[in-house]
Amino acid sequence: MFELDTLSVHAGARPDPATGARATPIYQTSSFVFEDSDHAAALFNMERAGHVYSRLSNPTNAVLEERIAALEGGIGAIAVASGQAALHLAIVTLMGAGSHIVASRALYGGSHNLLDYTLPRFGIETTFVDPWDVDAWRAAVRPNTRLFFGETLGNPGNLLIDIESVAAVAHEAGVPLMLDSTLTTPYLIRPFEHGADIVFHSATKFLQGHGVVIGGLLVDSGRFDWLSDKGRAHFPTLSAPYHGFHDMVFAEESSTAAFLLRCRREGLRDFGACMAPMSAWQILQGIETLPVRMERHVANTRKVVEFLRSHPFVGSIHHPELPEHRDHELAKKYFPKGTTAVFSFDLKGTRAQGKAFIDNLRLFSHLANVGDAKSLVIHPASTTHSRMSTDALAKAGITEGTIRLSIGLEDAKDLIDDLARALKAAEKVGGAK
Amino acid sequence: MKLTVNGHTAYAYTGTRPLLQSQPTAVFIHGAANDHSVWSLQSRYFAFHGWNVLAVDLPGHGQSDGPLCTSVPALAEWMAAFLDGLAVKNAVVIGHSMGSLTALELASTRADLVAKLALVGTAVPMAVGDALLDAALNNEEKARRMIVEWSYAPMGHIGNNQKVPGTWLPGNSMALMRRMTKGVLRNDLAACKAYLGGLDAAAKVEAPSLVVIGERDMMTPPKAAQAALGALRNARAETIRHAGHNMTVEAPDAVLRALWKFANA
Repeated sequence: MFELDTLSVHAGARPDPATGARATPIYQTSSFVFEDSDHAAALFNMERAGHVYSRLSNPTNAVLEERIAALEGGIGAIAVASGQAALHLAIVTLMGAGSHIVASRALYGGSHNLLDYTLPRFGIETTFVDPWDVDAWRAAVRPNTRLFFGETLGNPGNLLIDIESVAAVAHEAGVPLMLDSTLTTPYLIRPFEHGADIVFHSATKFLQGHGVVIGGLLVDSGRFDWLSDKGRAHFPTLSAPYHGFHDMVFAEESSTAAFLLRCRREGLRDFGACMAPMSAWQILQGIETLPVRMERHVANTRKVVEFLRSHPFVGSIHHPELPEHRDHELAKKYFPKGTTAVFSFDLKGTRAQGKAFIDNLRLFSHLANVGDAKSLVIHPASTTHSRMSTDALAKAGITEGTIRLSIGLEDAKDLIDDLARALKAAEKVGGAK
Repeated sequence: MKLTVNGHTAYAYTGTRPLLQSQPTAVFIHGAANDHSVWSLQSRYFAFHGWNVLAVDLPGHGQSDGPLCTSVPALAEWMAAFLDGLAVKNAVVIGHSMGSLTALELASTRADLVAKLALVGTAVPMAVGDALLDAALNNEEKARRMIVEWSYAPMGHIGNNQKVPGTWLPGNSMALMRRMTKGVLRNDLAACKAYLGGLDAAAKVEAPSLVVIGERDMMTPPKAAQAALGALRNARAETIRHAGHNMTVEAPDAVLRALWKFANA
């Protein structure tokens, strides 16, 4: 079995059998010809497997799905239109109206929107807890709880979750733990090795690294027992006959892949948030260099953090590798290669000074994304997390002065020079502005 | 479906179809530390094409309770009890790896149950190295990795499994074995190694037989299947090109074609 660096380049991709092409071809087709009528019927009925229609599966997407599954140590994956589509697909596959989720309160703003504002309209409620408070996770469990959900590194304050402890509580409650590992990627952590059951990524970020397409990946460990007593009671979508597919009981059809089967056979079929093959191909190009890029991202970040730490105009720096970070010990346990290249810090200044800082950066692009080869910056309180209340912002570790950086692959000296110049400009604005 | 065998719950996948007396029956028996799901892409096709399907979970595997069978003859006795419980006779019995030894023993001891015999990924006797047995006893994860290493054709470790899109087969094999209770893998491997009466059993089998060989099988290499082929009175072989030991998932269509042709001949 190959190591991660090798899998990043090869997993899922062989030379094209039809042409010998070494690079993965882009199968830009909506549909696939059947061998004969029996083959067509067998494919539709899952008696045989193969490609039918690119909303359900596509050869280029399948390479990407295998690659991320291999990197995560999972059994398989589904490529979808975005990270948000991956989160939605997982939730609607596992539960319906009347269900409940326990989630970390330190989430990407888009995930928070879905859980806090949108899903209640469909009868799914969420209780938010501090990610580090294992007792709070346990206390939030209700009879109708169907999922624990958090991020490997809580956005944007880098609040960590004690994965093994929270997974144990989830499993006591008979529900899976799903983690968003977008900011860490399998290069920095493989959550399945610590007890998580499902992982998803916004592949728009570090996995592709170039910020050119939107995509999401949902990966299953194949470990959760949907047919245990609690599993049967909690997850009839997987453990009871599904009239929408010949009374198939997905967990009997596949002992390991029931969740992904239902995701594909119902979720992609009915909700349709599939990934375009061109997007899959773009993301594959990025993953080939994931290990070397992540190593550089982490190295650059450490240099930038060291610079900011010594700057008098910078207050708190929310990076778990710093000893003063509240989750430093967890970071050492779960992230031996480094944590991430996305972190936030607080300016010792006014909102106007924060604005001046961002406006005076030259290399850092001001935009709503992270995990690009290019360094990025944003002000979360006014953008990505603007819909959260002041109280919720505070609990997620976000202040009016919080600046989020995503450190890219440029020369660290140039990045530090850029930050130094912008900090100086912000200081000149003065606190009264 | 579930039924009681020897006082314990036993499970068999039927392709979600009812068993009909008017139909022939195909029985699928999985290998060591596996379950019925390794046959998904053969058994479901049979079930929707006029066959009763019984893809069993052996005792202590998957959804079947009960103590593990510690020998191949004991597995065959359990299979006989299972089929007797359903009044099934003259079935096409198909086994993979440890399941192939079970099917062989069943065919030699209960000819009334086995109209045809298909051995997929077989070796008689089935050598199991001490290093693997030791790992299965002391470090199951290491043993699982060894098995996965040897169970796929060389390119299987690269992937590109377009037959089951999105599935990473080596990871899936690891996950399936991890679902077994501690000790199941060691028990099964030891049972395979200890079964030394396979060629005598094969000599007693009169049922038409098929030996399905994975061209790149490292667990039960093609040459290891030759002894069984020679001992069986009425056997032929079919080789699955480019496939390793886990050919039911690695080359599902080719295995299905071989089994379908044999069962319906």
